[in-house]
Amino acid sequence: MNLSMEKIKDVIVMQIKEERLDAHNSPELKVEMQRLFEEGNKQLLIDLKDVRFIDSSGLGALVSGFKNATTYQGDLRLCSLQPQVKSMFELTRLHRVFEIFASPAEALEG
Amino acid sequence: MKKNAIELDIKVPNQTRYLSLIGKIGEDIAKELDRYSGDRETLAYHINLVLTEAMVNAIKYGNPENRDESVHILINITDNELFIRIYDYGQGFDINEIPDPDFEGLDDRGRGIFLIKSLMDSVCYKKNLRGNMLEMVKQLH
Repeated sequence: MNLSMEKIKDVIVMQIKEERLDAHNSPELKVEMQRLFEEGNKQLLIDLKDVRFIDSSGLGALVSGFKNATTYQGDLRLCSLQPQVKSMFELTRLHRVFEIFASPAEALEG
Repeated sequence: MKKNAIELDIKVPNQTRYLSLIGKIGEDIAKELDRYSGDRETLAYHINLVLTEAMVNAIKYGNPENRDESVHILINITDNELFIRIYDYGQGFDINEIPDPDFEGLDDRGRGIFLIKSLMDSVCYKKNLRGNMLEMVKQLH
């Protein structure tokens, strides 16, 4: 899976550089998020700007990351969702679970 | 076959690396539906999604012991309807027994069939001679 990561203050900003987040590549994302929390990082921001398609496995991987954040007393936020991707969060009511921001800057301020 | 009807008969190896290919075929179909009056971009996403979910289902539950098995997908498009049939050779399950996800809970899994049922007009899963068939229908008017 193509990811880029940078640390801004105490926040790891992970940009998913894939057009699809699906059952093929989401297990790798799940492992990567878990590794970051296990290593002691507390705040993770997932930038979904490039993701134009997400399936139930992609949503499930992000839910898994959210649960890891809770376990490690951390925080997982999402930003830059494309409209169709956002509609999948709404359909599954997951928009009520995640803190979703329009841009990385807003997420880092919020 | 009716005039202007389209039939696609696809077989791909039962591996998740082919999800993208199948999803793209679904998107391209949606964009070719001249008479569809709704939002074609949304329809394209929905067809991509239901094909992806159904194929994952067939890979995971269809024939888990045989990695050389293929997934068989049949797509029929008429003026008014889109039919997608996905065949698997596993034990099968009762689609009506699968509950909606717990919207207050945080389960990693269990949203695939819910998404399919939410986005298609009718969905059924039934036994056939060799295994099972998931049939999804979308009205196109």
